Amino acid sequence: MKPTRDGFGEALLELGEKDERVVVLSADLTESVRAGAFKAKFPKRFFNFGISEQDMMSAAAGFALEGKIPFATTFGVFASGRAWDQIRTSIAYMNLNVNIIGSHGGITVGPDGATHQALEDYALMRVLPNMSVVVPCDFYEAKKATEAAASYPGPVYLRLTRNKVPFLTSLDDDFQIGKARVFREGKDLTIVASGQMVHISLKAADILKEEGISAGVINLHTIKPLDRDAILKAARETGAILTVEEHQVFGGMGSAIAELISENEPVLIKFLGIRDRFGRSGESDILLEAFGLTSESIVKEAKELIKKKQS
Amino acid sequence: MINKKTDLEFLKQKSLDIRCDVLAMLEEAGSGHTGGSLSLVEILVSLYYCKLNHDPENPSWGERDRFILSKGHGCPTLYAILADFGYFPKNELMTLRKYGSCLQGHPEKGIRGIEASTGSLGQGLSISIGMALSARLDGRENRVYCILGDGETNEGQVWESAMTAAHYKLDNIIVMLDHNKLQIDGPVNEVKNLEPFEEKWRSFGWKVKRCNGHDFQELLDALDWADSIKGHPAIIIADTVKGKGVSFMENDNRWHGVTPTKEELGKALEELKGK
Repeated sequence: MKPTRDGFGEALLELGEKDERVVVLSADLTESVRAGAFKAKFPKRFFNFGISEQDMMSAAAGFALEGKIPFATTFGVFASGRAWDQIRTSIAYMNLNVNIIGSHGGITVGPDGATHQALEDYALMRVLPNMSVVVPCDFYEAKKATEAAASYPGPVYLRLTRNKVPFLTSLDDDFQIGKARVFREGKDLTIVASGQMVHISLKAADILKEEGISAGVINLHTIKPLDRDAILKAARETGAILTVEEHQVFGGMGSAIAELISENEPVLIKFLGIRDRFGRSGESDILLEAFGLTSESIVKEAKELIKKKQS
Repeated sequence: MINKKTDLEFLKQKSLDIRCDVLAMLEEAGSGHTGGSLSLVEILVSLYYCKLNHDPENPSWGERDRFILSKGHGCPTLYAILADFGYFPKNELMTLRKYGSCLQGHPEKGIRGIEASTGSLGQGLSISIGMALSARLDGRENRVYCILGDGETNEGQVWESAMTAAHYKLDNIIVMLDHNKLQIDGPVNEVKNLEPFEEKWRSFGWKVKRCNGHDFQELLDALDWADSIKGHPAIIIADTVKGKGVSFMENDNRWHGVTPTKEELGKALEELKGK
């Protein structure tokens, strides 16, 4: 088990070796976002902006305009919220290759509480034209996503976890921004999840299997651009979609899927996520339980969805 | 690269021509920012005709000086100057703000000669910092010139970036501040007091020079002064008049976001050309 931010930090160091255009911008959270190793190795290409996220984002645009490959790093809540207009006007409007790192995403930030828990970042970022939104499910996927973001055209928002999550992929696996990974094919329903909800969803699928329910699991590491084919195929073949996200259900990953399937392949859909409320302080595991983001909750929702499908 | 001209009579005549273009563009567009475009004319003319190393035939020339209009609403003046240099055909000026025109209501990257999209205030100096740090990394000698408005300094991001530029000792950044003393809701110091304004910049680590923003000799001297500064970013606070050049527009904040009617345009051009 490792946090996905660690995968980012490792990839960043490798990118720094490979490509002199890579620069890293920090807002006083260098070690937390795992940019410390890059800073130590490439001090001339590391820039601390202090606690000035807005300044950092627009400056990242300036770097990108000059052909650099900037990684602008901070917590997800500050990246997506505090500096939203800077991302909109200075970065997305010009469609610049700026890689925005939103570490400490979701409720699992834990004890810091609501002010530091990014639960709106998918919505805030995916609504912006030109923006891509990537949420890796484990350490290795975070590494690959970081590498992919560096050369992917236009801005990418990469959401990472503070807490440790199990390994689900390996270095040999293919990774492509915009190409979902089907972890399991199902017949009765498909669970679509991103980030650390993926391993919890896989566990739920195991429980469902024991009870005779065949649940597919899609690792939707890219929330935008959506992998239309993978999702529409799952909708067509299983006739029911359960979305699971560590984010508000309003405007998030589930909403993105609902937009797609309601226009193209309308099937039953249920959303599991945070329901229009702020987070609380607590340890990650306890919070996931308190906010209903567990394999047990997924099993319960899946069964209700299937009951609805059969009626 | 352009041939620089420092002949004061030439610059005055150029300013007059640009003012006439700007007023005609705004009348045709039917919307836009008249007052803050007119206050900018001499600042921009001094930069583009006397100071900036730029090449209209090769706008992406690597060694060019960068220019960011952070107060993006002043873009009619910038567009008129870019057209005069041949960055795009002059007849495009009359399409300003119209659907299908490349000349958007605020500067857009993609318009030939425009370095960055701006218009949401307070972001241009930060963009300049990214450009200036890149120039330093690449060992380039070019400068980054950035124009701020005075009302724009209400934005907190301006002061974030002011701190950053001083922290990194970015002596390749030169800010020109169009101090026309009016913003939409009224006099800047009534909306939110900026004073002591020069001291604010000094205390943030900047070298500060004040000049008359409509006097070419003072502007050129100030720009030369800025070149000589080492180890600090430099700001030229240029005292200007909003609506400069047209008596019924000067110092009247009702002309912030209002454009002249045909009749008013006629009167304004008559006044300007009679001077």
